[in-house]
Amino acid sequence: MNFALSDEQEFLKEAARGTLARVKTVAAAREALDGAALPDLWPAAVEAGWPGLLVSDANGGAELSALEAMIVFEELGRVLASVPLLGHLPATFLLDRGGPAEVVAALAAGAERAAYVPARPPTDLGEGWTVEPRIGITRAPAPSFADGRVTGTVSWVPDAPGADHLAVVLDDGRAALVAAADATIEPATVYDVTRSLGHVELDGAPATPLDLGERDTASAWYIAQALIGAEAIGAIEVALEVSVAYAKERHTFGRAIGSYQAVKHELVEMLRGLDNARSLMYYAGWAAQDKPDEFALAASALRLAAGKALDHAARTQISVHGGIGATWEHDAPLYFRRAQLARRLLGGTAGAADRVAGELLTAARAEAA
Amino acid sequence: MDLNDTPELADYRARVRAWLEEHKHEAPASRGDDDASVAARRAWQRRLAEDRLAAVTWPAEYGGAGLGPLQQVVVNQEIGRAGVPGIFDIIGVGMLGPTLIAHGSEDQKQRFLGPMLTADEVWCQLFSEPAAGSDLAGVQTRARRQEDGSWRLSGQKVWTTNAQHAAFGLLLARTNPDVPKHKGLTMFVVPMDADGVAVRPLRQISGEAHFNEVFLDDVRLEPGSEVGPVDGGWGVGLTTLMFERVTIGLGGEGFGWRADRFAHALLDDEACTRDPETRHRFGAIATEFLALRFTGYRMLTSLQRGQIPGAEGALAKVTTIRAAIAAGDLICDVLGPAGLSDKRFGELVSDMPGLKSAGGTEEILRNMVGERVLGLPPEPRLDKGIPFSELRAKEREAVA
Repeated sequence: MNFALSDEQEFLKEAARGTLARVKTVAAAREALDGAALPDLWPAAVEAGWPGLLVSDANGGAELSALEAMIVFEELGRVLASVPLLGHLPATFLLDRGGPAEVVAALAAGAERAAYVPARPPTDLGEGWTVEPRIGITRAPAPSFADGRVTGTVSWVPDAPGADHLAVVLDDGRAALVAAADATIEPATVYDVTRSLGHVELDGAPATPLDLGERDTASAWYIAQALIGAEAIGAIEVALEVSVAYAKERHTFGRAIGSYQAVKHELVEMLRGLDNARSLMYYAGWAAQDKPDEFALAASALRLAAGKALDHAARTQISVHGGIGATWEHDAPLYFRRAQLARRLLGGTAGAADRVAGELLTAARAEAA
Repeated sequence: MDLNDTPELADYRARVRAWLEEHKHEAPASRGDDDASVAARRAWQRRLAEDRLAAVTWPAEYGGAGLGPLQQVVVNQEIGRAGVPGIFDIIGVGMLGPTLIAHGSEDQKQRFLGPMLTADEVWCQLFSEPAAGSDLAGVQTRARRQEDGSWRLSGQKVWTTNAQHAAFGLLLARTNPDVPKHKGLTMFVVPMDADGVAVRPLRQISGEAHFNEVFLDDVRLEPGSEVGPVDGGWGVGLTTLMFERVTIGLGGEGFGWRADRFAHALLDDEACTRDPETRHRFGAIATEFLALRFTGYRMLTSLQRGQIPGAEGALAKVTTIRAAIAAGDLICDVLGPAGLSDKRFGELVSDMPGLKSAGGTEEILRNMVGERVLGLPPEPRLDKGIPFSELRAKEREAVA
């Protein structure tokens, strides 16, 4: 029994923090609100070996697990770093298992980039493989494959703009590789400018079917859920640090505001959310490796806990700082924007809650039968 | 991340499992509070103690197994798996015994630990009072030293589990009111059959009485009844509270509130398992229970590395109660009015409002975590440095 990060994982975390400290990413995020270009962090990511994190050794990758990817995402989340790995890593997970070796090698080395075009796995209520609609909550069927071509529309795809390859999950739970040049990708970045999004239109795009099954395409979905959860953990951590520091130095009525229970208890609630989410991150990391049957449950629980906790943390950070926390003078609005968009992507935290229920109900039905 | 047993631990687990397999027919069927059930539960504790499965972390010289927290968890898990009750006197063996081991005299250890372990003598914890709970150092029960070195004890204690079964209580009393309140307290061993001790059950919302009030009317205590130094009782009490956190932490899912159990309850009405709102609520509750389980493994890893569990464990208690309240609420919404009297869940609903204040109110736990973990400043206090005997006047002055 050892439910903590290993020395190697602690080192990876420190190294990631060091890499990201070289660029003022939070300041860049603020300037980007006014239209400035974001710094290109891809070369730094390549130097750190992140693009090949989930790719097997044989294909030129580091062959690490979902937990290591989450550790990197926690650090990305701390400083709102815009690195297109939310699209790239699940895509490499799929292509490493069933794609052409030369493409995978280029992706692992970071010479080329891929985006995962996600579809949500079927639920216990009988829905099939579905994708995000552009507006509303009614999910649409995933793209379909026929005669070597893929047709369908997927909205709000992370990191699609600028990708070279698309790993498209299909309505039958399989997946296909499409050259980005054969798709129409409409940039769709909204609200949180550090998050690159695109609407992907596939109109009979030539495609190579990947040699893998539903289990792998489902795993890709849950890896994405886990990464978005881990990223939220990093953001909560910073929101808490900044809020606690301010609550110690800001005085009203002759004492620090952090001494008032009304403020203190909200800060402790941020810590509670953070701590619970971190335990679930370890659970998801452990399940990915040692308990694959529970990975869907663990990753969905992480996504939900971290998404809710970040929403609370981002709001509390603003209220602890008073009015200034709601202005562009402060970083708090950047974390608030991050929270609001993140919790609505990739099925949303509501979808994750439903999945947790569905997984547990399915297990209970099987036991009762 | 590794939740697997080491070979040594796997071996220990196998031995515990085999023991339970062989002896589980001796375990009591009921976990009830009636005399016959309690007698059977005490006999079962004795059986566990004889084979060193009752006080796994106590030193061997006092009848324990001299092992670590991980082995204790293995025993708890295997007892849960076998579907048999654990020891009867969790408060004695888990919290008060370790306090005696840490602070008691050698005579006290020799006299009390053996019968405590075998449940021949059950113990209770006499700390809280009607006017001293969150602010425990405000206890008013007074112990006065007599010329012959004996003590006279008067006052009232409350929330006392097992007082009706107990042979002894560990009691925190004021021995010097003329110093600030933390500095004039002493810990005592009180025989529950002494003249002047009266126990009265306190019924709760469910109708059950899990707690008692204990009245102390000029009770005589033998010389040498104090545990630790006179006027040094606060430090002794902190030891007990530390072991309380460990016991609750290692007990983990001992309450039986697990996400999967609630999933089974929802199947009582299959239609509700398709209702989006029910699913959403259940998903959120289950996520909190899952977080608790894996927070437990993180705490255990720290314990195993020799770190003392800190205030963070308090957050686990907050999450437990919040999730259990939400779960009881959901189950009763699904089952309808019948749920409130359902043996499986009715008590969950009824017990939660009180448990929110047990083992530290949510508010006091949040203060503790805010101050000790986040380093936030405390609220200004009116009692700092003030002799206990002057506090009442000071409080009245502040209100006026």
